[in-house]
Amino acid sequence: MKPISELINPSVLEIKPSGIRKFFDIAESMQNVISLGVGEPDFKTPWHIREAGIHSLERGHTRYTSNRGMEELRRAVTDFMKRKYDLTYDYQSEVLITVGGSEAIDACIRTFISAGDEVLIPEPSFVCYRPITELAGGTPVIIQTKEEDQFKLTAAQLREHITDKTKMLILPYPNNPTGAVMRKKDLEEIAAVLKDTDILVLSDEIYAELTYGGERHVSVAEIDGMKERSIVVSGFSKTYSMTGWRLGFACGPAAAIDQMNKIHQFGIMSSPTTSQYAAIEALKNGDHDISDMREEYDTRRKFIVNEFRKMGLHCFEPEGAFYVFPSIQSTGMTSEEFCEKLLMQKHVAAVPGTAFGACGEGFIRVSYCNSLKNLRTAVNRIKVFLKGE
Amino acid sequence: MEQLTEKLIHILEENARYSVSELSSMLDVDEQKISTIMEKLEADGIICGYKAIVDWDKFSDAHVTALIEIKVTPQRDAGFEEIAEKIMEMDEVESVYLMSGGFDLCATVQGKTFKDVALFVAKRLAVMDNVISTATHFVLRRYKELGVALLNKQKDDRGVMSL
Repeated sequence: MKPISELINPSVLEIKPSGIRKFFDIAESMQNVISLGVGEPDFKTPWHIREAGIHSLERGHTRYTSNRGMEELRRAVTDFMKRKYDLTYDYQSEVLITVGGSEAIDACIRTFISAGDEVLIPEPSFVCYRPITELAGGTPVIIQTKEEDQFKLTAAQLREHITDKTKMLILPYPNNPTGAVMRKKDLEEIAAVLKDTDILVLSDEIYAELTYGGERHVSVAEIDGMKERSIVVSGFSKTYSMTGWRLGFACGPAAAIDQMNKIHQFGIMSSPTTSQYAAIEALKNGDHDISDMREEYDTRRKFIVNEFRKMGLHCFEPEGAFYVFPSIQSTGMTSEEFCEKLLMQKHVAAVPGTAFGACGEGFIRVSYCNSLKNLRTAVNRIKVFLKGE
Repeated sequence: MEQLTEKLIHILEENARYSVSELSSMLDVDEQKISTIMEKLEADGIICGYKAIVDWDKFSDAHVTALIEIKVTPQRDAGFEEIAEKIMEMDEVESVYLMSGGFDLCATVQGKTFKDVALFVAKRLAVMDNVISTATHFVLRRYKELGVALLNKQKDDRGVMSL
């Protein structure tokens, strides 16, 4: 009889565990670390939202909901999409409530991608698109975005990477780890390239509400002709500090959502009921929470960017999410070396840019999901570190 | 400008020890401007001082705070002002407020022992002209002071690294 290790699906075996896992383990085992390495909000879920979840439990709402999610929640999602981005979706057929944005991404890729299909993935970006594509039998095609383009995907780059096998483009903006955003004009240029193709867009807009600098986030689905071929994924984790509630959603054409719902219904059944009740409260009465948190993030963002610049580190202006992505090339160290030494010597944790794709070399991801007090201490330690003291 | 000033006040209220350079980073304006606004806020009496928030219980047992309700007879013309001013002159008194509701003035008083504070009230406050009655409430434990949790600080349970 073969050992169980020899029975594993080769596609799963081929997924490489992240190379920096070891570094992460060291960081987790250390004491007195100030972490700039966390990809989730430090704020607690606002109390009225938590209370709505608690109240639903008190009333005994502990059963499955409909596969697609509670009708009231789907209505609230479509109201939100209309209010924020002027996008009209039908709550009955064009919305799916998922277990975080991640499940929506997984269901969407698996719905469309089969053997031989190519998926365009701009990097640096969050790490899930590539393995999910591979599991579906598809081929990830990486597009390396550049700092000189503010880490935006350019029309020229997109055109270069399209082949007759290209099936899907992932648009991970506002971007983790760079903080880059795609403004309306940028999206129009992308749309112009896609216009005469059969390529669909999976737009991961989980950080949409954390967009800074006065202009609101623009969804790719708002661009003429794009709504019919785009799946927009978002969720509650970053917008309302609800990471642990595990709740997200996908909006898109009914024909796509219907099929995604098949995968969702067999894999998940329905998203967590308590979380759905809390999410209704978030969408209905949480706009001020978003603006309060965004304002606080914005102060931290400015602080970190300006302090890095004062230290002499080149720092691209991030306009979204809650990360800054300074270049550490002037130190002569690689991203991993820099992060490892910073951790060991000064007990400050940051993530090497290479964790998000090879083109992240020379950069580090600094999360400002931490109090100004801690950010300040971290900045002071980095200052000393750079002086080699 | 007004927005910037308000933001600056909020940041300083949260932590007054940021340097002008750090404040300029947070607000994305130059240091000169920060200094000018701060000087004006101080001159206008909007920012009245910068003090440490101290948890004396951790330092020694010889520190007692009491909240004292005071009922007074308001005076013709001067109202409550004169008596409030007299009370606030006393060194033991940390703060004085005019209150709505069941009593008129509220003072917080600090002393070394319960007896100290009780005697202060009996000998100095209660005997004042126009003071009708007082009620002394001793603080037994401080959980939160000026927005800062003093007890049961919650630990960050997020771990150090996540993508």
